[in-house]
Amino acid sequence: MLHLLLFLLFGLACVAGAVNLLVQRHPINSALSLVVVMGSLAGEYLLLGAEFVAAIQVIVYAGAIMVLFVFVIMLLNAGEEERTSGSRVALLLGVPGMLIGAVLVAWLLVERSATPAVAVGALPGDPQTIGWLLFHNYLLPFEVTSILVLIAILGAVALASQPGMEASAKKEG
Amino acid sequence: MVPLSYYLVLSGILFACGVTGFLIKRNIITIFMSIELMLNGVNLSFVAFAAEWQALSGQVFVFFVMVVAAAEAAVGLAIIIAIFRTRETLNVDYVNLLKL
Repeated sequence: MLHLLLFLLFGLACVAGAVNLLVQRHPINSALSLVVVMGSLAGEYLLLGAEFVAAIQVIVYAGAIMVLFVFVIMLLNAGEEERTSGSRVALLLGVPGMLIGAVLVAWLLVERSATPAVAVGALPGDPQTIGWLLFHNYLLPFEVTSILVLIAILGAVALASQPGMEASAKKEG
Repeated sequence: MVPLSYYLVLSGILFACGVTGFLIKRNIITIFMSIELMLNGVNLSFVAFAAEWQALSGQVFVFFVMVVAAAEAAVGLAIIIAIFRTRETLNVDYVNLLKL
């Protein structure tokens, strides 16, 4: 019962944050509601017994990635979003179609899935087990992602550096 | 006790919110945040399935998704800075060189 209550609490916070992200017009408000979504998702992960994932979610997602977003919003001095008129056909057909699809999928998932309840803490999600799995069974993907991150760092530096900076640096050096 | 389907419905709602934001938002940074929202929705379903099948692999995949999201955010925000430097706007309607 408590489990369900906590699920609903965190789930409502999640959905409220996601909807607020869509409604807000200023990017900094959207960024802050995305932090709410990520924080309450960490709560959901704790309910599922994934404690290490929850910690990393808060540290990496709500911490590092969102700081990057807020920093870029501040750097570019992003203001209110301009309104542009969307397509009328998309509004007339898309919204009812999406609602029907969502209701059908939710109904199928809730009614037709004979799944037993998820027990709390049944799965060991502690760092030791995860780390063993990560560095034994998934060592190759881990190394590949490290190369990906290296390339991303190089790409970010190459893209964000000023075009004329190298020439002027050479002149000074 | 919460059935698996509840988690999947929540994950679907988050993903749908991300898709909607990607389509209706005009600020390029907010569009990027919608992509992060979609990745988070997928992560929730990964963890829910990991708990359902008692397989920790699902939780390991979440880390890979997070790494890809971090790399994507770093490169994407650098691209946004480069676009802002050349075009002086964050509105995607004005970034239309590839449009007919």
